[in-house]
Amino acid sequence: MTAVLQVRNLVKRYGEHTVLDGVDIEVAEHEVVVLIGASGSGKSTLLRCVNLQEDLDDGQILLDGTDISDPRMNADVARRKMGVVFQAFNLFPHLSVVDNVTLAPRVVHGMDAAAARERALALLARVGLQDKASAYPDRLSGGQQQRVAIVRALAYEPRLLLLDEITSALDPELVGEVLTLVRSLAEAGRTILMATHEMGFARQVADRVCFLDGGVLVESGPPDQVLADPVEDRTRQFLRRVIAAGRL
Amino acid sequence: MAILSTLVFAVAAGWAISSSPGWPRVRSSFFDLPTVAESFPAILAGLWLNIRVLVVAEVLILVLGLGIAALRTLRGPVWFPVRALATGYVDLFRGLPLIICLYLVGFGLPGLRLTGVPNDPVVLGGIALVLVYAAYVAEVFRAGIESVHPSQRAAARSIGLTHAQTMRIVVLPQAVRRVLPPLLNDFVALQKDCGLISVLGAVDAVRAAQIAAAKDFNFTPYVVAGLLFVVLAVPCARLADAAARRLARREGAA
Repeated sequence: MTAVLQVRNLVKRYGEHTVLDGVDIEVAEHEVVVLIGASGSGKSTLLRCVNLQEDLDDGQILLDGTDISDPRMNADVARRKMGVVFQAFNLFPHLSVVDNVTLAPRVVHGMDAAAARERALALLARVGLQDKASAYPDRLSGGQQQRVAIVRALAYEPRLLLLDEITSALDPELVGEVLTLVRSLAEAGRTILMATHEMGFARQVADRVCFLDGGVLVESGPPDQVLADPVEDRTRQFLRRVIAAGRL
Repeated sequence: MAILSTLVFAVAAGWAISSSPGWPRVRSSFFDLPTVAESFPAILAGLWLNIRVLVVAEVLILVLGLGIAALRTLRGPVWFPVRALATGYVDLFRGLPLIICLYLVGFGLPGLRLTGVPNDPVVLGGIALVLVYAAYVAEVFRAGIESVHPSQRAAARSIGLTHAQTMRIVVLPQAVRRVLPPLLNDFVALQKDCGLISVLGAVDAVRAAQIAAAKDFNFTPYVVAGLLFVVLAVPCARLADAAARRLARREGAA
């Protein structure tokens, strides 16, 4: 069976600076792949490239075996099969919670407004936010906003979820509720590619951990191996710094 | 207290003006009550023309301004000619004095003797107003569009919206809300500039005042027309204040 996502030899440069230097990553169906690495290692850029929000300098991105990075492909159509959750939530502040969630199903997927609303309310209930449906995002806590953002990304049943450091902008006491939700998504068999600084969480939910450094995929494997007994020197140094900072 | 201090100030100012040596002459040629009564109906009829021009022009200005702003925010090298054209338009009509634009459109356009070109001074004056004001309003809209954080665009595209859908559903509603106060400000400015169509011969409030003033060399009709324009502008100015306050509250809460 082909993997849901195949990233082949991905190269991305900003001017002279090479952010991603030939990265290969695969994510199989129901697999949770976690990207770790220092800030500036290319994790977020990789996720943006997968979502076709950046022009690639080289390489290919295949979604369900189709090369979506081909310039002749319609990027909007490809993005509809992916759900993205951002570090800063990025909810639409002029729309209520439920309208944030139903926007894509209604406008992009042609779903009937009543049906979309019903589905959105059911999804919001699953994350414990049914009573916030008609509230506006600025009335919600960071953790609540991020849970809404996750529901928004799930509302059109994407093949692949991309989570970009989704707990980094949260107050520490709100991190738990978001991670619990991600864990339940992983257990429900969602296909997820995520970047995170939460090493403990990565260890719990990841099927595979990929360590990026300077735009290169240095090491990848099961979390117990990469996080506890890494092969590469650079991985060991990174983990030592993380432990010194009290993050593992 | 506020009322009392205002009153004291008004009385002092009134005394200063009315005790000036030229006051009796000024009063008879600018504030002559019989002339007010005589010229009022014609000026009011003229003002009604101004109001109609104002409403039609404002609608066209908003549409044209928004269109130009949207064109200026297109990205990518393919759109360079469109962007350049829109930028050129804004540069030209923002720099061109309104009165000169009125002359060029009002006397130049019909001078071409093309079929289908209107020669009604009201229509021509309206066109000139739209051309100039659309350039200002386009810049206001553009500032609004660019004030919406790029992450909003990224989020909208990530859920599969096209560029056009992103603009229409996500960017513009937020942008318009933010620029409502400056838009209302431009609307107030347009209100009085509508009086300039009189230079093309349209019988609006200013022209009606001019005709009445010429009859017996009394400037009172101008004062009447001026006050009517002020009365027209006041509700709009208060509306602009209220919009700005509401926005400040919203931004404060966010």
